[in-house]
Amino acid sequence: MTLAVVTAGLRRPSSTRLLADRLTSAVTEALGDTDVTVVEVRDHAHDLVNHLVSGYPSAELRTALDAVTGAAGLIAVTPTISGSYSGLFKTFFDVLDEGALAGMPVLIGASGGTARHSLVLEHAVRPLFTYLRADVVPTSVFAAPEDWGGAAAPDLLAHRIDRAAGELAARVRQRGDQPPPDPFSTPPFEDLLRAT
Amino acid sequence: MSGMQFGIFSVGDIAPDPETGRAPTEHERLERMIETALKAEEVGLDVFASGEHHNPPFVTSSPTTLLGYIAARTDRIVLSTSTTLITTNDPVKIAEDYAMLQHLAGGRVDLMMGRGNTGPVYPWFGKDIRDGIGLAVENYALLRRLWREEVVDWEGRFRTPLQSFTSTPRPLDGVPPFVWHGSIRSPEIAEQAAYYGDGFFHNNIFWPREHTQRMISLYRTRFEHYGHGSADQAIVGLGGQVYMRRNSQDALAEFRPFFDQSPIYGGGPSLEETMRQTPLSVGSPQQVIDRTLEFREHFGDYQRQLFNVDGMGLAHKAVLEQIDFLGEEVVPVLRKEFAALRPAHVPPAPTHESLRKGLS
Repeated sequence: MTLAVVTAGLRRPSSTRLLADRLTSAVTEALGDTDVTVVEVRDHAHDLVNHLVSGYPSAELRTALDAVTGAAGLIAVTPTISGSYSGLFKTFFDVLDEGALAGMPVLIGASGGTARHSLVLEHAVRPLFTYLRADVVPTSVFAAPEDWGGAAAPDLLAHRIDRAAGELAARVRQRGDQPPPDPFSTPPFEDLLRAT
Repeated sequence: MSGMQFGIFSVGDIAPDPETGRAPTEHERLERMIETALKAEEVGLDVFASGEHHNPPFVTSSPTTLLGYIAARTDRIVLSTSTTLITTNDPVKIAEDYAMLQHLAGGRVDLMMGRGNTGPVYPWFGKDIRDGIGLAVENYALLRRLWREEVVDWEGRFRTPLQSFTSTPRPLDGVPPFVWHGSIRSPEIAEQAAYYGDGFFHNNIFWPREHTQRMISLYRTRFEHYGHGSADQAIVGLGGQVYMRRNSQDALAEFRPFFDQSPIYGGGPSLEETMRQTPLSVGSPQQVIDRTLEFREHFGDYQRQLFNVDGMGLAHKAVLEQIDFLGEEVVPVLRKEFAALRPAHVPPAPTHESLRKGLS
């Protein structure tokens, strides 16, 4: 099984990456033998903007995009910025070909500077992946600063991580590895003619 | 002739000179396009192609008017389009206009079909952009019949039906103009070109090589599938963009301000990075020769190479100098090199003469 992880933290070390790593180990534990590709969106920041304005990706970005669209499942984690996903996170998904994530099991996560942002996953991130026709698991995982310390907090975060990971693993197992969508495939011409 | 055609294609955009801020008027731009076409014939190039756009800053809304005028002032050069909007133009009018042009130009006419890249053109011409592929398929199917059948009864999804319609004038010598289908990223169009055994043109400027390779390989495979010949006998055309100076550093320095202000290139990857990733060639004539010879290695033996040399506000004098470089230094070498490498079973670029004699 191949699992892709898209993490859009901006600082290093980043709590977004920390959450992505926790989610990844929970999912791989649930899935067993898994081949994981982690895409740090920050590493492709300039290439993403170039792709937006030039219309084509650099070779490095192409590799990252293919790893994501060709995976059996996806973990997508964004920092919360101005009450939403970060612009860089959105840009990564903006440059995917139409339909590239259709049917893809996705676990969404977000880090945020305050627990008041905890619904960002439900009002911003989930609708984005619904638009992309991805199969988003019911449990999303938001991590506020207090989730990383304090008395009872770690258990609560760990509990949500395990539940979300279980949901993603079940879907990935069910769907299995899929050939990535081929942007160069076309129906035979007779079918195109008939459709008019 | 090596069997391969070399020429220039123009989008017909108006852009200011980045240094003076002054842009040519529409009238000046049209006169300059005509001069570039005449210059192309003078230096021995084979093809001049004009774009078609229906919005500023472009001046090329009526290509057959422009090409008809150029036809009257030239003797040899083939007049083509880059592209003709098969989606939003009425196929009946395309059939009439280009058959007419074919007569006036003595057969020196072919066309490249395209879907256009300006969204609002669809609603402006009463069409829906979501029907883009369907329009290209249906309109072209009708266009072919109008050129090949004397009397056409027809009914389709997008146009009012025809009963007992005869498109006039009939194609010159009963030979319809050769058609190329241009598409950057729609496999359906490569499939369409392959189905009919028409040409496929990839304007590979702005696009990385791997992408162009996959589109052309799709077209070649399907050309063979439909029984028109082997994959390496499919009729392929490629775009390219060049800017040359004797000394490559001068070429880069002169071209850079135009590149940086370009609505297509500006704000994206740098000039150097773009040259690495796409066929944009800015440098000495020898560098352009080397780069163009590489196209054959990447895409196979092909039939038509068109260069974009104007636009983006480039000074008219510099544009004419590019055509001189092409005609005097670049194309003669390319003709010789390509001809030497080309296997005998690979067909030459179709022309009115070759089609009339049934050679293509």
